[in-house]
Order: sequence, then structure tokens, then C-alpha cells
Amino acid sequence: MSHDPEPISAVNEWTDPSTDHEHDAEHAHHVVPMWLLVGVLVLLLALTWITVAVTWIDLDTMFNVPNLNVVVALGVALVKAAFVAFYFMHLRWDAPFNGLILVASLAFVVLMISWTILDGQEIDRLVETPRAARSVQAN
Amino acid sequence: MTTATSHPAPDGHDDHGGHHSPHLAHHFYTMTQQVGSAKLGMWAFLATEILMFGGLFCAYAVYRALHPEVFLFGHYFLDTNLGAINTAVLLLSSFTMAWGVRAAQLGQTTLLVTLLALTFLGGVGFMGIKYVEYTSKFDHGLGPAQGIYYNVTTEYSDGNTAQVKRYLVPNSAFIIAGEGDIKYGVGEPTSDQLHQLDDALHYHEKYALKSHADEGLHKDHAKAESGKGDEHAEDHSDSQATPAFSGEADPHEHLVDQSFTPTGAMVTSAVTDTRPPEHSAMALATNGSFGLSDTFEKSGIATTSVSSAALEVGFYEPTLWDTLTEREQSLAYQFFSIYYCMTGLHGLHVLIGMGLIAWVAVRALGGAFGPEYNTPVDLVGLYWHLVDLIWIFLFPLLYLIH
Amino acid sequence: MSSINVPGITDIFGKPVSEKTASENYLTHGKGIMSWLLTLDHKRIGIMYMVTVLTFFLVGGLFAILLRTMLLSPEPLLAQAGLMGETASNNFYNQSFTLHGAVMVFLFIIPAIPAILGNFVLPLMLGAKDVAFPRLNLFSWYCYMGGSLFFLWVLGKGIINLVMLNTFGVDMVPIWGHGGLDTGWTFYTPYSTGEDTGGAVVAATAGAFILGFSSILTGLNFIASIHMLRPPGMGWFKMPLMLWALYSTSIIQILATPVLAITLLLLIAERLLGVGIFDPSLGGDPVLYQHFFWFYSHPAVYIMILPAFGVISECISVHSRKHIFGYAFIACSSMAIALLGFLVWGHHMFTSGQSALLGAIFSFITMFIAVPSAIKVFNWLATMYGGAIRLSAPMIYAMGFIWLFTIGGLTGIFLGSLETDIHLHDTYFVVAHFHYVMVGSTLFAFLAGMHHWWPKMFGRSYSEVGAQTAAWLIFIGFNITFIVQFVAGAQGMPRRYATYPDEYWIWHFLSTMGSYVLTIGLFYALGVWIHSLVKGKQVAANPWGGNSLEWHTTSPPPFENFHGTPIGTDPYNYDHWHFDPELDGYVLREEEEPAEAERTAPDRAPQPA
Repeated sequence: MSHDPEPISAVNEWTDPSTDHEHDAEHAHHVVPMWLLVGVLVLLLALTWITVAVTWIDLDTMFNVPNLNVVVALGVALVKAAFVAFYFMHLRWDAPFNGLILVASLAFVVLMISWTILDGQEIDRLVETPRAARSVQAN
Repeated sequence: MTTATSHPAPDGHDDHGGHHSPHLAHHFYTMTQQVGSAKLGMWAFLATEILMFGGLFCAYAVYRALHPEVFLFGHYFLDTNLGAINTAVLLLSSFTMAWGVRAAQLGQTTLLVTLLALTFLGGVGFMGIKYVEYTSKFDHGLGPAQGIYYNVTTEYSDGNTAQVKRYLVPNSAFIIAGEGDIKYGVGEPTSDQLHQLDDALHYHEKYALKSHADEGLHKDHAKAESGKGDEHAEDHSDSQATPAFSGEADPHEHLVDQSFTPTGAMVTSAVTDTRPPEHSAMALATNGSFGLSDTFEKSGIATTSVSSAALEVGFYEPTLWDTLTEREQSLAYQFFSIYYCMTGLHGLHVLIGMGLIAWVAVRALGGAFGPEYNTPVDLVGLYWHLVDLIWIFLFPLLYLIH
Repeated sequence: MSSINVPGITDIFGKPVSEKTASENYLTHGKGIMSWLLTLDHKRIGIMYMVTVLTFFLVGGLFAILLRTMLLSPEPLLAQAGLMGETASNNFYNQSFTLHGAVMVFLFIIPAIPAILGNFVLPLMLGAKDVAFPRLNLFSWYCYMGGSLFFLWVLGKGIINLVMLNTFGVDMVPIWGHGGLDTGWTFYTPYSTGEDTGGAVVAATAGAFILGFSSILTGLNFIASIHMLRPPGMGWFKMPLMLWALYSTSIIQILATPVLAITLLLLIAERLLGVGIFDPSLGGDPVLYQHFFWFYSHPAVYIMILPAFGVISECISVHSRKHIFGYAFIACSSMAIALLGFLVWGHHMFTSGQSALLGAIFSFITMFIAVPSAIKVFNWLATMYGGAIRLSAPMIYAMGFIWLFTIGGLTGIFLGSLETDIHLHDTYFVVAHFHYVMVGSTLFAFLAGMHHWWPKMFGRSYSEVGAQTAAWLIFIGFNITFIVQFVAGAQGMPRRYATYPDEYWIWHFLSTMGSYVLTIGLFYALGVWIHSLVKGKQVAANPWGGNSLEWHTTSPPPFENFHGTPIGTDPYNYDHWHFDPELDGYVLREEEEPAEAERTAPDRAPQPA
């Protein structure tokens, strides 16, 4: 009796001789063209300059948005990181799951930071403010 | 492949003659599968690195959200230029590494070795600059667990000089770190310096003053009355009684009018030997209730650039370490604690990356890599790029605090 | 399994294998100690993990018995016995519970199922020859050994120092330095940054740091293996549920363990450099330490329990002779638990000054964990329903698991609710709860898995009667030990106290008595295993009639695991396995399985004409 309704092929994507491994290999070893590498480098250096330049301007006051400078600095850093990951680290041509790992790890970092920071102010409320109040009373 | 060779299996995985690279491990069918596994494993490892640094970023974020003034204050001690140069160095080395992977894929062994050497040199350059930064900080007492101090050299009228080590803490003083050798009252500060002053005042008002008013973190009076560190108070902390700040010898420093001192002296002091000339910092401190504009006018500094908000800001005298409360002392730790943890761990990763690059370069010299097999170059490259990625975030967060 | 004499090693068709395979399996492939210490074979690495993890389990267990014995008296027992002063006796207690907790968590529960059973069966279930990175696998064992020995050395040294100084008046510190730790396994600040911690915080955390590498490398290996090494015919939803469980565990190991690493590094930095991130006297926030720690350690709770779910899914289905019920739900609930596990860490911190908002959020999400957990329990019960249940030792352990996990899980809901937790926090209720989950569930699943795969690992049968007796002893002893702790805790007995008011005595007495029964049961189980190794009979390739790929090879498996590449089929369809009373195991019929027959044929002994 057959134990599976569908006949199962004895080959998989790795063992199947008909799979075009040469093509696969090209995927795994995508050779990045030189102009792209140089272009990304120039872009990264330019973005570095922008990050520094942005600190010369007080964006917070200019647009009346708190912490805008930090947000812009991190945004530029994120763009830089994306270029490094996509082109220098070959993610653009790599298995999508590897990209997912990167995104997921960043997401978990964000999760950790955001929830912990929510709680970070508690020490101010529970410890520091009462302590300061006590020291005022003491005076 | 002993079993498979002796018993050709029905899946026919022995048929892939073209793929039987000597590098193929026995438990993989094809190089593609092996390379894919290696890359997947490396990315999973990189995820652990990201999460590990994530913990540090988390500590950074929590403390920066809690005490932005500490971070603003602390970052003036960092050299943005060196940080930016280091960023560029790492980006360049990342580029040479990526190029190296390309060279390995194309079988250009000489080019590959050259590029790996250049990448390694990038690491050396980065660590060299870090070394310069670290040593200059250690020289000035900016260790991971030390207060931030500077030395005040005082000239007495009889010609003797004395050096006093004064600690700076956020909330009690702020620093103007600027280009050029600025000494308070000597020459005019540049617009840059005024901008930074303005900037610092802005933050000071926003955070420190608030805490001063609301929470009574008022060092001078608190310490004078708390009786802590009496000896020091006698010696130094009461600037009225300390000749250190009267600076009679220098007409330019003849700023401290006795009439200002009842509530605490307005103190100015030229920072002498604690910082490199291009990095001279000036502590400006007073807790007087007088208008700041007076001070500036007397010192010949144009007041126009100072925002009106700044004029209402009270300044606090740089205080002696021992007279601070425990909490205040601890605040001074924070920025550099985090700075050293983050850059230290990152530096360690740079060193590990350099070791890996050296290993790959030696193997490349022996002609180990080519179009068929270049996984180690690829993986070391990924690691090196990640080190670069982390620095891309560290740089603005530590050096470019606004 | 009875002890019918099986004529040598047979293949999955019940036919004798070739002389080569009969004489050479992974256990006999290489000779000498170095062939083990330098092996890259996942099966041998699994066995090495088994020996070492069980040894450390013994150490942790002995300290558990010691603790329970000390709690027989409301006063410091060692002081009453005149062995040492009261303070020393209490310090001894503190260091002992730290050692017990740390050893059990880091050295036993976390590596038990993934590193022992996972290492052994994962490649077999995948029909692969090995894990994706065999060298990293061996390295992870060395990390484990290095970390463990270092860990035990520094913790044990403190206890020996204490006893030598206070009982015999010999100061060992000049001889081999300070040691010991009394912070509990969590290394909470400010205990761990304070002066009086026993003296070994840096060394112990360094040990835990190294252990983290072992955990990460195992997880990384499993993820890559499951992604890249699946055999023909095995899509994601054709994998045995054990693989889903190990996969979700590995995700947690990858994402959470590095946070523990940085936490411990920062702790070391605090003590060595005076960096102030957690230490309040240096300006740090001790609650931040708890955030960091539980960001790792709550998911780590699922590192301990998720693989147990996998083992139970296998055992319940195979020993009920019935297809698993709700396969996709069990698989997806493992992943859901892995992800939800990252969102609930704050429920360990309800009383430590966490913000009310965050407490409410964490409490709310904690309730959601109950959903995927309950899905699993209901699916296991539905699998058993109408099945031909075989009350073998693994099945008794598995059913015990369901019982204990349900109690542990439901009491977790008490603790996950903000209000009740205020009352129950840091009482014996918590101790009982997490022992029900960690020991009751993980240990039971581990024992279920050990008995389930034991014939595959060693090719030997064990005494079914003995194993079942041990299972019942463990089950009864465990319940006596810990169910009374719920009562003690609800009445207010705080955890980690060396002494207690007299009215709690009866609960402690019962608990201690139960722990003795538990100990006897565990040693009995060990005896059964040793007896099996010495006297056990050769078993069939598939003694239980399971269909996941590890049953498609000889017992014990050959060095290369399989002859040719096996094909993945539905792992829970047992119809085509036929019981062979002569072999006391299940066999395939060649006419029904031509592909398998062709695959294994070259390895068969020449048939007598």
C-alpha cells in the first residue's frame, strides 16, 4: 500500500540532476559590478558627511519637532546600513531568508529598546524625584 | 561519501560530477547547498551579534532618554573629526573587503591579497585612531569609571602657582569644547563656540535648570550646608575664599567682581593642560543671580549671539568631587561608561575581524580561493561589514549628539 | 519491549543486515577516547552531551536534596547539627540554592533536550548524514564543557571554602582563592554588584557567557540544518514536530542568548571597571538589569519547554499508534510561543518597580501564551483519543508531562495576573510553578525522549517494568514535593530563605519526603539505563513503529546514518509498519515499499538460498 497519496520524488532541489546548479551557483556567488561598489562607497561617504552636517543645524528648533536631529541622524544611518547590507553584503542577490534574519534581529532590538525605554523613566519617578525632594526638605 | 560511493543511491547524487569539489563536505550534495548553509549560518550568527550590541544600544537609549543633558555634556569631550575619519576609514575598508570578495569570485588572487591587506590596514587605522582617542581621554581622567575633571592652575599674587583638580558634573557646569585655544576673557570666541554655548545653554535650561528648580539639585548650597567634604569646602569649593579664581595677575581675567560673590562667585578659569590645544575646553560657572550679559560684556564677549533664554540660566560652580551627592557623582559616570562599553566591544570586534582577515589573506596567498570556492572570504566579509554597520550607528549616537 | 532474542541487527524490513553494518555502527566506528573527543559525528556528540549533562544533573540534584534536607528544620540545620555557626549555615544554604539553580538551568535544562536528543535525532529525522556544521557542533560541546567545569569550579569552591573554614577551621582561600556565589541563578543586581556575594560573580558570569556560546552554536546549527538539509519529499509541513520544536527553540537561542551575553559582560564590566549601568551606587538602574536579564531568560524558559513539546508530540503520536491531531496547529503554536515568549519578559518584574502601564501590557500578553500552549495540550489529548495507546515507559512519562504541564501552565496564569502576583511573587508558589514547568515538564519530556529513543541510540532494549516503576516513582515523588509548595507559597512562605516560622514546617517536611521519593525514582531510572547498556538485548530497527526518518535506519544507526538518501513521508502515518512479534518491533514489507527496499538492499546480508 502506498503511504502517501502523492508519489514522492526521490530528488529534492539539491539532489535533482535537472536543477540548474550552475545558475544557482551564480546566485550564490553573485559578482557585484565594480561601478556599483564604487557608487555605493561614494554614496556612503556622502551620507557620512550629511550626518555630520546635520548636527550644524538645530532641526529641533527649526521645525519645532523634538529630537528631530536624532531621528534624522538615525535615519541617515539606517540608509547607510541598508546600502552596506544590500550591496556590500550581497543581500540583494542572496537568499531572502538571510535578509529576513537581518530584519528580524533589528526588529527584536527595537522591541527590546522600545519596551525597556518605556520603563526607563520609572527610576526617575520612583527613586530620583523622591530623593531630590528629600534633599530639598533637608535643606 | 564512503557509503554513497560503494552503493550508488537511487537519488543519483553521485551524478553531479561537475560539483564534486574537493571542498564539498560529506553531508552536502552540492556546493550550492553547502555555500547556502554556510551563509545562512553566518547570517544567524550576525543576528546574535546584532542582538548583543542591541543590549548596549538599549542601555544607551534608556540613559539618554533619562538624562539627555549628560549625553550632551559628555559628547563635547569626543572629537567629531576623529570619529568622522574613523567612519570613513571603516567604510573604505568595507569597500575594499567587498571588492576583495569580487576578486575572489573572479579568481584574481593577487588583487584579492592586496585588497585584504588594505582592509586589514583599514582596521589598523581604525584601531590606531581609537588608540589616540582613548589615550587622550585617559590622560584627562575620562576613564570608564572616573569623574570628568580638569586641572585649574592658579597664579597667586606672590608668583606661586597651585594646581587644583576640579571635577565637572552635568547640571553643575557645562563645557564649551571648541576649536582653537579659547580662554575665557581672552579674545573673542568664534561664532562656532557661541553656537555651542547657545546650544548647551538651551539644553541646560531645558533639563538641568528644571531639575534644579523642581528637585532642588542645588549643589553649592546643599554641599555647603550638608557638611560633606568640609575640608574641601574650606580649601576650594567656596570660591570666594579661594584665591584660585581671583586671577589678579591677568587683567583679562580680572572678571570676578567681589560684588558678585555673596551668592557664590562667578568663576572663570582657563583650562590649562588637560586638553590638547585644538580641543581646549572652558568651564564657565557661576551660581549668581546676576544677568549673564554683564559677564559677557565685562569679558568683552559679544552677547548678541546668546539667546535670551540663556540669560536667565543660572550657572553652577564646577564642584569638587567629594562634595557631590552620590547620585550626582554617578551621573557623571554614565556617558563614558556607555561610551567605553560600546566602542570597546566594537573595537574588540574590529580586532577579531582583523584576525579573520589575516587568516583569509594567508590562505589566499596560497591560492586557496577562486571562482569554485571562496566561502571563507565571503563570510569574513559579512562579518567585517557587520562591524562597519554597527559603527555606522555608533558614530552619530556617540559623537553627534545635538 | 520484552526481551525476545533478536538475531543481530536487522534493517527496516526485519532482514539481517550485511556483516559490515552489523559489526560497525556509529558506536563502534572509531576506537579509543580520542575518536570520541574529536568526533564530528552528531550522534556521538549527542552521547557526549548525554554523559556530561547527566553528570551535572546529578550534581544539581544532590544539591537539591541537600537543600530540601536543610529545610527539614525551621532553624539553620547545619548550625543545629553543630557543624558550623548560624551565619555560616545560612550562607551555605544561599550558596547551595544558587549552585542548584544555576547548574540546573544553565547546565541541565537548557542543553538537555536540544543538545542530547536534538543532536542525536535531528539529522536522523532529516535523513541527513550530519548537522550542517559538524565542527561547530563539536566546538559547542567544548564550550559547554569549558563553561560548565569553570562554573562548577568557582561555585563549588565557595561552598568548600565555607565548609572548610567553618567546620574544620581550615582557610582554603590562600590555597585556591575565593569562590562561591549567593545571588541566585539570576545574578540580580545589586546583589551581584555588591561586596558580599560569595566572591565569584565575575568568574561565574564568565562561565555562563561561555555556556551561551554553546547554546548559540547549537541553535545556529539546527536552523541551518533544517533549512538546508531536508530530504526529498519533506516540505516544511511534512517535518516531524520535533523538528518544528527544535527550530523554534533555535530561533530563541539565536535571538535571546546574545542579550544574556551582553548582560553578563556588562555585569563583569561593572565589577572590574566600575562601569555604572546596573549598579545603583554607580548611577545605574538595577531594574534595567532585570529587563536585560529577562529579555533573555523569559524566552529561555521556552528554550527549556519548546523542545519538550516536540518530544511529547512524537511520543504521544507513536505510542497511541495514531496520526497526530492538528499537525499544523502544533507546528505553528511552537512558532507562536517562540515569538510571544519575547513579549512577556516583564511579568517577572511586576513587583520590582516596573511602570504600571508596562506591567499591564506584559500581564495582558502573558495571557496569550496560554492559547498556543492549550492548543498543544488539546491536540495531544485529541491524538490519544481513540488511539491504540501503549502504556510503555515513554508514554507514561508523556502523559505525566501533560498532567504536570497543565498544572504548571495554569498556575502560571495566577502569576501572570498583576494582582495575584503581588501576593505570590517570590513565594514558594513561584518555586512550585516553575518546578512544575521546568522539572515536571522538561525533565519528564526529557525522560520520555530518552526512553523513546534509547533503543535507537544504543540498539538495546531496557527493562520495561523497571522503567515504568521508575516513571511512577518520579511522578509521585515529584507531585508530593511540589504540590505542597503551592500551599506553602500561597500562605506566604517566601522563597530562598534558609529558615522559616514553625507553621510552615509541615509543608517543608512533606516536600522533603517527596523529594526523596523523586530521588529514588531518578536513580532507579539511571539503574535501568545502565542495566540496559550491560544486559540489554538487541532491538529491531523500529521497536515502536514510528515513521519519522530516524526509524528508517538500523538500531543503532550506522556511522553514515542511512544507506542512500531516505525519502521524507508523512511522519505520523504508521499504517505501513507491521508488527513482527519475532523481532518485537515493526517492519516494512518489501513489496509495499520498493523504493526503500532498493535503497537498503545493498546493505543486506546475503539471503540464504
